[in-house]
Amino acid sequence: MLGLSVTLAHYLVVSALIFGIGTVIALSKRNAVAVLMGVELMLNAVNLTLIAFSRFSSAFGQNGQPLSGHVFVVFVLTVAAAEAAVALAMAVLVYRQRETVDLDRINLLRG
Amino acid sequence: MESPGIIIAFWVLAAVTVGGCLMVLVARNLLHALVFLVLAFLGMAGLFVTLSADFIAVAQILIYAGSIAVLMVFAIMLTPLAARDNANSLYLLPALAAGLGIAGLVSVVAVITPWSELKGDALGQSDPVTTVSAIGDLLLGRYVLPFEVASILLFFALLGAIVLVHERRGPREGS
Repeated sequence: MLGLSVTLAHYLVVSALIFGIGTVIALSKRNAVAVLMGVELMLNAVNLTLIAFSRFSSAFGQNGQPLSGHVFVVFVLTVAAAEAAVALAMAVLVYRQRETVDLDRINLLRG
Repeated sequence: MESPGIIIAFWVLAAVTVGGCLMVLVARNLLHALVFLVLAFLGMAGLFVTLSADFIAVAQILIYAGSIAVLMVFAIMLTPLAARDNANSLYLLPALAAGLGIAGLVSVVAVITPWSELKGDALGQSDPVTTVSAIGDLLLGRYVLPFEVASILLFFALLGAIVLVHERRGPREGS
């Protein structure tokens, strides 16, 4: 199936690998900034999926809107930038209050 | 997509991107992990170029490899006493299981599904010369409402980030 020419499945497999690695980073890292890196990688993998479908799928091309996937990626980029700004501001704020950004030491709500 | 240059570029860029992601996972220093993250973002921009998405590739380099990387550098530098090592928590094994499960499942489904995809000459004919004007038409035409909502979201994210890190110097603050 994965022959010599590059098809849609190649891009989807690369995207799945990046999403899996991003999941591992987001779930297993201790530092809040490292967790954010994992989330950004997952968003990036979804972007690659959207662009690959927009390029290869014949279903989108027939409707005269072949670039809707690109527009979706623009919105994902916007939300990712907003999320990174707010999350990093929260990391700095938590560091000021608690002197740490380790997620397993931020346990104010533990009873 | 049949030319050998595109095929070689795809394999090299895929290797760079996935390798960069793996190095983010295993690098011991958080700043080294950030450098490998930027490498992965650049490789991803190259993959967008092989998919003839020129505007998205440039936006990827500007936003991800540029501003988000700089934001992360600031966040790391502004938390000096926090641990700089990229240590794992207790949940490494469940996280590895979840990540491998997701990647394996999606990969198998992507390979065995008979996608109705364009191939060969039809793929080349569907290529626009440039995607920028078409994306601009769509953003200010069909998707104008999400476009405005995204601008409001960006404004409030900017406002929220400023309010969060603003140091209040008042009598009610003890420190």
